[in-house]
Amino acid sequence: MLYRETGQFKISYAADQSVFPIAQDRWFVSLIIVVAIFVIPVLASEYLLQAVMIPLLIFSLAAIGLNLLVGYAGQLSLGTGGFMAVGAYMTYKLTTAFPDINIIIVFLLAGLIAAFVGLIFGIPSLRIKGFYLAVATLASQFFLLWMFNKVAWFYNYNSSGTITAPPREMFGVVITGPMASAETRYLVTLFIVIIFAFIAKNLVRGRLGRSWMAVRDMDIAAEIIGIRPFQTKLIAFAVSSFYCGLAGAMMVFLWLGSAETEAFSINESFNVLFMIIIGGLGSILGSFLGATFIVGLPIFLTNAPQLVGLSMPIDMQKHIEIMMFGSLIIFFLIVEPHGLARLWQILKEKLRLWPFPY
Amino acid sequence: MEIISFLNLVFVNPLVEIFSYPIFFAEVVISGLLTGVMYSLVALGFVLIFKASGVFNFAQGAMVLFAALNLVGFIEQGFPIWLALLLTIIVMIILAFLIERFMLRHLINQDDIILFMATIGLTFLLQGFGETLWGSNVKPLDLGIPNQSFEVAGLLLNEFDLFAAGSGAILVGVLAVFFHYTRIGRALRAVADDHQAAMAVGIPLKTIWIIVWSVAGFVGLVAGIMWGAKSGVQFSLSLIALKALPVLILGGFTSVPGAIVGGLIIGVGEKIAEIYWGPLVGGAIENWFAYVLALAFLLFRPQGLFGERIIERV
Amino acid sequence: MADFERETTSMAIPLLKRRLILIEELQLIDEVNCHDSLIGQKTLIIITKTTGRYFKMLRNLILMLLGAVIGITGVVATTPVVEADEQFIPMLVYRTGPYAPSGIPVANGFRDYYTMINNRDGGINGVKITFEECETEYNTKLGVECYEKLKNKGSTGASLVNPFSTGITYQLIPKASVDEVPILSMGYGRTAAADGRVFKWVFNFPTTYWSQASAFIRYVAQQEGGEKNLKGKKIAHVYHNSAYGKEANPTLQALSKKYGYELVLLAVDHPGQEQKATWLQIRRAKPDWVFMSGWGVMNQVAIKEAASIRYPMDHFVGNWWSGSDADVVPAAAGAKGYKSATFHSPTSDYPVHSDIIKHVYGGDMSKAKKNSFGEVLYNRTIVNAMFAVEAIRTAQAKYGNRALTGAEVRWGLENLNITENRLKEMGMEGFTKPVKVSCSDHETGGPIIIQQWDGSKWNIVSDWVSPIREVVRPMVEKAAAAYATENGIKPRSC
Repeated sequence: MLYRETGQFKISYAADQSVFPIAQDRWFVSLIIVVAIFVIPVLASEYLLQAVMIPLLIFSLAAIGLNLLVGYAGQLSLGTGGFMAVGAYMTYKLTTAFPDINIIIVFLLAGLIAAFVGLIFGIPSLRIKGFYLAVATLASQFFLLWMFNKVAWFYNYNSSGTITAPPREMFGVVITGPMASAETRYLVTLFIVIIFAFIAKNLVRGRLGRSWMAVRDMDIAAEIIGIRPFQTKLIAFAVSSFYCGLAGAMMVFLWLGSAETEAFSINESFNVLFMIIIGGLGSILGSFLGATFIVGLPIFLTNAPQLVGLSMPIDMQKHIEIMMFGSLIIFFLIVEPHGLARLWQILKEKLRLWPFPY
Repeated sequence: MEIISFLNLVFVNPLVEIFSYPIFFAEVVISGLLTGVMYSLVALGFVLIFKASGVFNFAQGAMVLFAALNLVGFIEQGFPIWLALLLTIIVMIILAFLIERFMLRHLINQDDIILFMATIGLTFLLQGFGETLWGSNVKPLDLGIPNQSFEVAGLLLNEFDLFAAGSGAILVGVLAVFFHYTRIGRALRAVADDHQAAMAVGIPLKTIWIIVWSVAGFVGLVAGIMWGAKSGVQFSLSLIALKALPVLILGGFTSVPGAIVGGLIIGVGEKIAEIYWGPLVGGAIENWFAYVLALAFLLFRPQGLFGERIIERV
Repeated sequence: MADFERETTSMAIPLLKRRLILIEELQLIDEVNCHDSLIGQKTLIIITKTTGRYFKMLRNLILMLLGAVIGITGVVATTPVVEADEQFIPMLVYRTGPYAPSGIPVANGFRDYYTMINNRDGGINGVKITFEECETEYNTKLGVECYEKLKNKGSTGASLVNPFSTGITYQLIPKASVDEVPILSMGYGRTAAADGRVFKWVFNFPTTYWSQASAFIRYVAQQEGGEKNLKGKKIAHVYHNSAYGKEANPTLQALSKKYGYELVLLAVDHPGQEQKATWLQIRRAKPDWVFMSGWGVMNQVAIKEAASIRYPMDHFVGNWWSGSDADVVPAAAGAKGYKSATFHSPTSDYPVHSDIIKHVYGGDMSKAKKNSFGEVLYNRTIVNAMFAVEAIRTAQAKYGNRALTGAEVRWGLENLNITENRLKEMGMEGFTKPVKVSCSDHETGGPIIIQQWDGSKWNIVSDWVSPIREVVRPMVEKAAAAYATENGIKPRSC
């Protein structure tokens, strides 16, 4: 009953094609954005911002990127970590070489370079499908990380092989580097994520998204009706790598502050894959929900025993945390294989009737 | 001039080196073959499960670690080796039963990627559980397998490596016989072919899955013993699965001989690349080279050397 | 259906083809009821089971969300409990994960030393030490998260932090000066931090990777009969392919130019479970000495492979993170003769050890052994904990016997002066060397010793070997200056 769209008539084509056609949706999303921009930076502690909110947003962006590739275009890829590393390292090189360019522009340029790299590593996708493609993308993951480790030019020949975010300003406020406050970095991240999530949502609603979905569902039939599978797949790789590269750059410059290649290891690739599977393949909202689950759950599990007053040796606690994480993943997959986005959809369906039975 | 010296460096020098020290090259090849068999041991578990239940069991690495942990745990408790082995096999069978009952049964007919994801969840579960039971310290594994190195015609060989290769070969032989000449083996092959048709002729899917996962657990135990004896049984054993993945994609997900051949090719390829071409680029190229090699083969045969041809219909 | 395979085979196949979830959404319960066939009945059961499942699942989801809300508010609302006059030291440990075999003795060492100081002396001049362990799994992100969680705990915030991981140290270095928490990265972390003028908040005494590498070369020279005999020799460096492993390379290269030995660099990819290629290359190159910068499983496998290619183990020297008890365990007898560098004694027969047994374990030796007592890494951590406690004590001499802030402890670290007498008072005479930190030198260029595994324990087999400071210090200053320029830091003058 809360969610009925009766009485909402569209009187223009633009209104009909809007991203959120139902008014309740629009109110809800606006409320969330207002809370995110105005309420959270004021109320949340530095730990919450630094350890939960910022990584949540960054991984949501990476999850959107991977979802475009896996959920919408159907190309299973495990090279996310490598593409994030490309974004991060290229940002570092560009900003240390041209310190005067605005850091956001540098992020976008690095994303473009990551897109180009993704394009190249997406070439096998014409011949290889399914799990074979997934394992083949691991080649890109390992090769890119090896390259960033080996070729000293990428980390400006410093002896440690680590890239550190130098302090950069925008509109007079320091937004990267150790002096940048958590609130500033959170707001910058939030704005970037909102803009690019909006772009992604429109991409998948348009012609490109539809051609991706056609290739995902039946690529031979798609080819027959005139969609060029090679180009479509390559564009999917490019756009996905752009998002992942942008997320990687933000990870180093707006969250961690410095990184070595270990931060982009295969565990990250698997983490992002978890997020989109738990969140829901083929859904932008699902990327956000999945990221919340995967980022928030370990933190919740680590802090939960103290809240309940239980004190356990921390290694036992960690083991239990890992086991709970694994069991929750299996539980979720059994209960709702289509992910949290599907659950959200079902909830909305129920809300159309509630509190009435029919 | 520089192009010529570059080409020289990449193509001519390594080959000259290979041919001027043939005995060392033979040593490299033999090392590669022996390592390859060790990779195949791990890949075999993947293949078995994929063949029979269509699940890409990422938890195979964790199963290797879990089996090895249980074995050393039982040995530390004071059981004689044969009893510890028996107990570990029983534990792996119980594990297979639990996996089938609580995970596979509820995920029938789901997408491949969902099942893959569920096995990743299983990986976490096994890692956490293994460490809870037996602790996180590194445990030495010494089953009395001889470990001396000896020279044969100028080649240095190690007894342990040969023993591992031998057990790998015997295991593959036993599995081949099992699959082809026993009733259960035939049932496994039927299930691998087509689940629904197998159910239609009355083959109990549940029991077959329990059997397959137990056999994969046993294979994991053998792999765990071989790798664990080298490095001590510790968490990093589960990472060996990442080294077995190129073997899988080269050989094909559904083929036991493919796992062996793939392992041999990857093992030899890796070693030759690392020793002769590695120093040119600074070394440590083994990891990604294995994947690139597998990728190169895949471009010609997209389903692996021995895998089933993927027939797509509109 | 899966429960009744044999009975349902006739209808299994068509039903398998339909997606159960679709049926649920179309709310076909009523329509299906009308059908009288067997198929309809069975379908009804399946559908009602599925719907029931969905409601249960929804309820579970709501419970979970509730739990999550409680969790998040709990995290937000956690205020530090104000402890009166207690010095809080955060402990970033890794008792689980791939490096747990090394992390467990370290965690135990810290805990035992601090507990002993509390029990035996009643704290540092009456100020008790409180500490809290936070599990990092040796993961950089978790390490930073632990640091953020713990840095403001206690009445005056965290006194200092020992990350015990080079990766985590690199992450914390930029934060240290902003949060005013000094970092004591003893013998690891960023070597350039030895230049205290640029790295005010980072300390890596008593010695660093570069000094260690130079001391190793000096030891080799001693073993070969003099520095002139180094010319023409071949020295291999087997290193973990990460920032940590590569640390020693520039020093070894600089020294190879100076002394004329040939340096062979061999990288081992993470995690190093399979090293045949590396050791075949060693077999081919036949170096006179092999130096190893390894970590975790790479150590165990390397030692085993070295034994297997019959490399003379007494010419195989690991750095101090490749020389613990866990590393030689799998190779057992094969590891006999393997050497490693260190900067403290591996034995546990010093007065400080008996104090720990007495005041922490109540005399129970077996319980102590279960908690890593006597292991090499445990002893190393005793040294680290001792430095931390003495730094706090030094700072208390200036600021008063109360709980100190991070900035005050930093002063204590920078003015730390542990003399031979003080070591004797603490029951550590001969355990390690005296240390005097200064403003410009946060490393103190301490000497190393070589220990050797004899099959069952580690023994010291050399005198103290000092590093080649005239080569190392200019490189340190250069690296520190580069960091300062890149990050806009103005070096202090001292």
